[in-house]
Amino acid sequence: MKKTRRLTVMAMLTAAAMILSYVESLLPSPGIPGIKLGLANIAVIFALYRLGWKEAAAVSLVRVGMVSVLFGSVGALFYSVAGAVLSLAVMTLLRRLDVFSAVGVSVAGGVAHNLGQILMAMALLETERLIWYLPVLVLSGLGGGILVGLCGALLVKRIPPV
Amino acid sequence: MEEKKRRVRADVLLIAALLLLSGAFLLIRQLRRTGGNMAVVYVNGTRTAAYPLSEDITVTLISPEGGTNVLVIENGAADVRDASCPDKICVRMHAIRYAGETITCLPNRTMIQIEGREKAEVDLG
Repeated sequence: MKKTRRLTVMAMLTAAAMILSYVESLLPSPGIPGIKLGLANIAVIFALYRLGWKEAAAVSLVRVGMVSVLFGSVGALFYSVAGAVLSLAVMTLLRRLDVFSAVGVSVAGGVAHNLGQILMAMALLETERLIWYLPVLVLSGLGGGILVGLCGALLVKRIPPV
Repeated sequence: MEEKKRRVRADVLLIAALLLLSGAFLLIRQLRRTGGNMAVVYVNGTRTAAYPLSEDITVTLISPEGGTNVLVIENGAADVRDASCPDKICVRMHAIRYAGETITCLPNRTMIQIEGREKAEVDLG
């Protein structure tokens, strides 16, 4: 019973993450690839704090795969997976070290997501030049990272444990 | 409560550090930028063509997979005006004119970079 419940919560979180990705895709884009709020990370943060890192990884990776199949291109999948994996690793580590609140974890996860995507692009395009995008992405991503962290923390606090 | 305060302080430190580092990097880059005179095209990391910024020109770049990017050089700046890729991110990116600036089209694995201190040449490879 407990197992089914966890699975259902994970499925719900994945669905919520997909909807957040879709809602975000409707917002106007500033024209620089990689600049976004990262709203789907709210569901991943929630999963990380409430269920555990494996569950968070499942939510994040299934979300990335499904969104790529439904609304994106397969080419973008490489970048998204690289970003998602690095972001998960950093957030899991920081959560365990317990230095930051969910806001710090979310901000660091956002930066790691940007870094993962840039590293993948650098590998695919064989150019180091793209690392210069990182400061731009970090600056533009801080606000979104803080917002996502605050939302995630609020949900963990308000939604009763399953 | 003390625990919470400590975490929030760590959060603020992290955010401030990221702001400072990124800001400093961008500022240094802005101060060190120099004019460029060539728009160089790289596909999959290999240099395939170069066009002088001094001449107005419109070329259609074709990637090995058949994707296209329309490169326009006008008033000393290079811009991508049209592309076959679905996201059109390269089209929305600003025109570039300073050394080191790039326009990247990930779907077509194409990158246009401004380079300086180089003799004008056109080598279509």
